[in-house]
Amino acid sequence: MSRQRSLTIAALAAVLAIAIGIWLSYVIHWFPVAAAVQAHNTDRFYHVLVIASIPIFVVVVTVILYSVWQFRMRPGEELKDGPPIHGNTRLEVFWTAIPTVLMLGLVGWSFVVLHENEKKPAHEITIGVTGQQFVWTYQYPPSLTGGAPIDSYQLYVPEGESVDFKLHSKDVIHAFWIPAFRLQEDVVPGITTSWRATPDRLGSYPVVCNLLCGVGHSLMRSTIHVVRPTEFRAWIKSQESPTSASSPSSSTTSGTAG
Amino acid sequence: MAARFRAPGFYRASVMMVGGVGFATLLTWLVRMSNGHASYHHFLQGEAILTVSLLAVPIAFLVGIGGFDYWFYWAVGRPTRPEDHSGHGAYSWKDYFRINTDHKVIGVQYLVNSFFFLLVGGLLAMLMRAQLAQPGSQFVDANTYNGLFSVHATLLIFLFMVPVFAGFGNFVIPLMIGAPDMAFPRLNALSFWLLPVAGAIMLLSFLAPGGAFADGWTAYAPLSDNAPIGQDFFSIGVQFAGASSIMTALNFLVTIITMRAPGMSFFRLPLLVWANFATSLLVVIATPFVAASQFFVLLDRALKFNFFNAAKGGDVLMYQHVFWFYSHPAVYIMILPGFGIISEVIAVKARKPIFGYRMMAFSLLAIVGLGFTVWAHHMFTSGMSGWIRIPMAITTSIIAVPTGIKVFSWLATLWRGVLHLDTPMLFALGFITTFTLGGISGIMLAMVPFDIHVSATYFIVAHIHYVLFGGSLMTIFAGAYYWFPKMTGRMYDERLGKWHFWTTFVFMNLTFGPMHVLGLQGMPRRVATYAAQFADLNLFISIASFALGLSTLIFVYNMVTSWRGGPIAPANPWRGLTLEWQVSSPPPVFNFDRLPTVVGGPYEYGVPGAVHGIFAPAPATVASGATTGSPMVRAPSQ
Repeated sequence: MSRQRSLTIAALAAVLAIAIGIWLSYVIHWFPVAAAVQAHNTDRFYHVLVIASIPIFVVVVTVILYSVWQFRMRPGEELKDGPPIHGNTRLEVFWTAIPTVLMLGLVGWSFVVLHENEKKPAHEITIGVTGQQFVWTYQYPPSLTGGAPIDSYQLYVPEGESVDFKLHSKDVIHAFWIPAFRLQEDVVPGITTSWRATPDRLGSYPVVCNLLCGVGHSLMRSTIHVVRPTEFRAWIKSQESPTSASSPSSSTTSGTAG
Repeated sequence: MAARFRAPGFYRASVMMVGGVGFATLLTWLVRMSNGHASYHHFLQGEAILTVSLLAVPIAFLVGIGGFDYWFYWAVGRPTRPEDHSGHGAYSWKDYFRINTDHKVIGVQYLVNSFFFLLVGGLLAMLMRAQLAQPGSQFVDANTYNGLFSVHATLLIFLFMVPVFAGFGNFVIPLMIGAPDMAFPRLNALSFWLLPVAGAIMLLSFLAPGGAFADGWTAYAPLSDNAPIGQDFFSIGVQFAGASSIMTALNFLVTIITMRAPGMSFFRLPLLVWANFATSLLVVIATPFVAASQFFVLLDRALKFNFFNAAKGGDVLMYQHVFWFYSHPAVYIMILPGFGIISEVIAVKARKPIFGYRMMAFSLLAIVGLGFTVWAHHMFTSGMSGWIRIPMAITTSIIAVPTGIKVFSWLATLWRGVLHLDTPMLFALGFITTFTLGGISGIMLAMVPFDIHVSATYFIVAHIHYVLFGGSLMTIFAGAYYWFPKMTGRMYDERLGKWHFWTTFVFMNLTFGPMHVLGLQGMPRRVATYAAQFADLNLFISIASFALGLSTLIFVYNMVTSWRGGPIAPANPWRGLTLEWQVSSPPPVFNFDRLPTVVGGPYEYGVPGAVHGIFAPAPATVASGATTGSPMVRAPSQ
């Protein structure tokens, strides 16, 4: 087979593989359901990354497979050497410059997405999150309750409103992660960290501690309930009674999270 | 009998170790008494004695086995022989179990010790996968599970990945540059014996009250500050492993800079030597930082220094910055020597010069430089100041460029070559494939908004195993097969080697590939149990991982039986040009009975009549010098 013919076959195979890869990237359910504005941005960006990666990987594998197919040692070539090609400056400049441009382009894009996800909206509510081995509690400040702050094991947030989670730790580092929002940050003793999200889908989603915090780490779970704003205010109201069973500060039993 | 206990060796070491415990007991007793602890049982406190013993006993062992004898003799003014070669070379298997100053023996010691810990670390991974086969607790409790993955990672990083490359370097570098040995043979011997010590400490942590250290190989404070006593085994074990790697790196640097054969300019060095040169730069600059981070934790734990106690003004994020300032360069420490191995294998097995040799060398140096500017990409979700993410994301993306240059150059080297598809080459080609995948997921992780979602999930586990298992371990297997004839004088079984490659390659991808999806779906890493939705994939991964574990047995069987009874290897079975192939297999005790002079590049395959090194006709002085055990007369290197 002539070199030209085999190269054509390889190129066609590579194009086909890229097409199949991109098709698969749409078919596979990569992520859990998205429940925040930020999650949609991140998912879209992930797709960009996958589509940018597929041709790179396919080209590398195609060159390897083509070389194995065309350049493997045939019987009788045991003592044969290849041509002494030491390099090609233009080619080397090419494969230095193109990846540099690609990398800077992608990382620049990532900053746009990051900025979009983190920008502070005009209206925002604040909810405190406290991590301690091995339970999450949530603090609803006076600005939300209109009275005394509420401390609860339950996390309710209103749909369509930006929520700024202020994270505190009572002991070691935890990480406050809501996979449905694609957002997390460590909960660090001594400092207050935070992240914000705008939930846009009603429902209940897992809250996960995502930094090893000790023997109970894998069970340090909670649930976030995204509800309509009116339901949210009503729930806050219902929590204001001092006998609230879900309040950790008024409860003598511990470990009744969720 | 008394002579046995006076001479360096295991007898003397055991006595010294008992002495070490005595010393620790006495020291803690004196200190506690002088601090005015009133009651008797306060004078003797188990944990304090154990902590001090962990430092004292290993040092006592090293003294006992003879690691410091020469320097002690010199210090007290006893007569020393600067050219003492009594501890050189191996004439029976027993010579591998003593202080030996022969770089080839040390190289084999390193490799065998490292592969032992690969098997132990792999076994721990099997136990983890057994636990994770189904949601809920299978057969270990959460604390034991946390210990399993912590010790797994620690052993495989500090006792396998880092030292196994030092093993290859030890054996091959002096041969490649035309030197009779390393620059500091006694330091070399000591640096090896620190490793079994570090490994023993880490494994023994399973016997500690409260279990093995259980907060990951990252040992984030303040969790590690308040962990049970097993944590001390990590803090101190890392010191010994780190000291070993610093000593070896210094030795490599001095050897490469000062002991090259005449004519061996830097741009005639084989790329394996370049890779170890670059790696050694990383090691000597970065490793003190991990030592510092663990000393901080140790001081916090033992003496309440409160470096990381926020309530007392400590800075929790500081730990992570210091830790990652080593531990990010560490991933390059664990891959650059592998790049070197792949360059050797591909040039020889494709019968072509390395494409763009100088760019290959420069890209190594670029990775060394950039490698120090990316550490905080491990901390995108740590709560550090947000702006730090921007420069770190840019440098992290840019460091992919020199790595890409290497991959493209290997591919170009394959082009129009004559590919010998034997076991080392299969591992090299497999390496390029899986490492490219690991590199791509690494680029994705540099993208902050995406990293925020998958940080500390199974996506990270997948990524790190693609670069360390699919990357580094593939290069290690390639190197092990490639230099096996040179090291042992025997050929390995090619058929078993190919079986090993295909089983490893397939089951590696089946084990770690699905972990990407688990992470994206929301499964955190370092959990002893998980939500039911992840059950199917986890069972699949567990089954694949057991097959992957079994595939390693093919390698072990092949290595052991071939070493004992494989066909005798010729000096140069691969028709390589580099100097190690120009001497017998295994090489003579002092490597070169005749002085090599380097007259050309290391990879001039296909150039008619090209040679890399020529050997002087043996002059009488050199020949007699070699046989009486004095070093060869050598011209100063260029």
